Amino acid sequence: MTRNKKILLASLAAVVILVLSPLFIRKDADFGGSDDAGSTKVEEILGESYEPWFTPVVEQFLGGELPGEVESLFFCLQTGLGVGVVAYGFGYLTARKKYGGSSVEKKEDQA
Amino acid sequence: MKTWEKKILSFSVMVPLAVCVPQTVSAMHIMEGYLPPAFGIGWGALCLPFVVAGIMAIRRLVAEHRKVMLLLAMAGAFIFVISSLKIPSVSGSCSHMTGTGLGAILFGVPVVSVLGVIVLLFQALLLAHGGLTTLGANTFSMAVAGPLLTWGLYQLGKKTRLPKLANVFLSVMLGNLFTYCVTSLQLAIAYPSPEGGMLASVGEFLLVFAPTQLPLAVIEGILTMLVMMGLENYASAELSELRGVKGGVLL
Repeated sequence: MTRNKKILLASLAAVVILVLSPLFIRKDADFGGSDDAGSTKVEEILGESYEPWFTPVVEQFLGGELPGEVESLFFCLQTGLGVGVVAYGFGYLTARKKYGGSSVEKKEDQA
Repeated sequence: MKTWEKKILSFSVMVPLAVCVPQTVSAMHIMEGYLPPAFGIGWGALCLPFVVAGIMAIRRLVAEHRKVMLLLAMAGAFIFVISSLKIPSVSGSCSHMTGTGLGAILFGVPVVSVLGVIVLLFQALLLAHGGLTTLGANTFSMAVAGPLLTWGLYQLGKKTRLPKLANVFLSVMLGNLFTYCVTSLQLAIAYPSPEGGMLASVGEFLLVFAPTQLPLAVIEGILTMLVMMGLENYASAELSELRGVKGGVLL
């Protein structure tokens, strides 16, 4: 357990460092999305501007790009849904181990 | 002190890797409308067998192994979380990870390809991220090729008695990197460079993004490792049930 805790702490620290360090290393960058960057790259290789032959469905409905704030809303929704399920799962499993013992698992086998 | 020394050393390795990254940018998913129709359909066709096998495997899991449903939901949710987190990279742009490694290790490639399609559809429809016309190509790179490598490496690691957590970390990290390699290959096939042809294009896309994605791959490896650690601790019953079905139901 203590070994696991050590691994956990070291890992979390490493993740935080990896995520945040670019912000300090590249203070001048604007950290835009990589989709636009990808399109720039394609144009660079082609040597001419490229017109996508199909636009995203949302943009067809809206007749324009999804507003940035709304896009972040959807991204939050996605994160939230995921975290909800993962946290529910771990909550369930942890509580089962703590309070349930083996009897709970047997009941589940029959169900 | 030895483990500490190793940790310090590995950090000191990470620093130059993080600093010496070319200052260019890269793409995670291929953008909507950026692959010619024939390529979109071709990559989609390549994914089809995996997705079909995955749906059949999931149906059988639902029918015969209800116990592992929770793990399946968690593996899917993990992809949701991980692929929604945009993380700044030293190249000065943001990119995100795939999260498909966990599912690949737990359930095998076909099941993950189904989970991956769901996530990619969500992003393509609601977020205008990735796209419907590039769904096949993105599914192939993120939910077939990457997981395939992860799964293969993990099995190999198991055979060679690699410590479990290290095995998870390495196979997921390399699988994530492989996803980006495939993405750039796909772009290069569609957009061969006028001077050097396709190979030059592959090189160009690879050079651009592989170092950029390295930190992201490390992060995904770490997070997947932590989740596996938690599951080993609290869900040993489900994991052993999964091990029991692995040969029959899942590829």
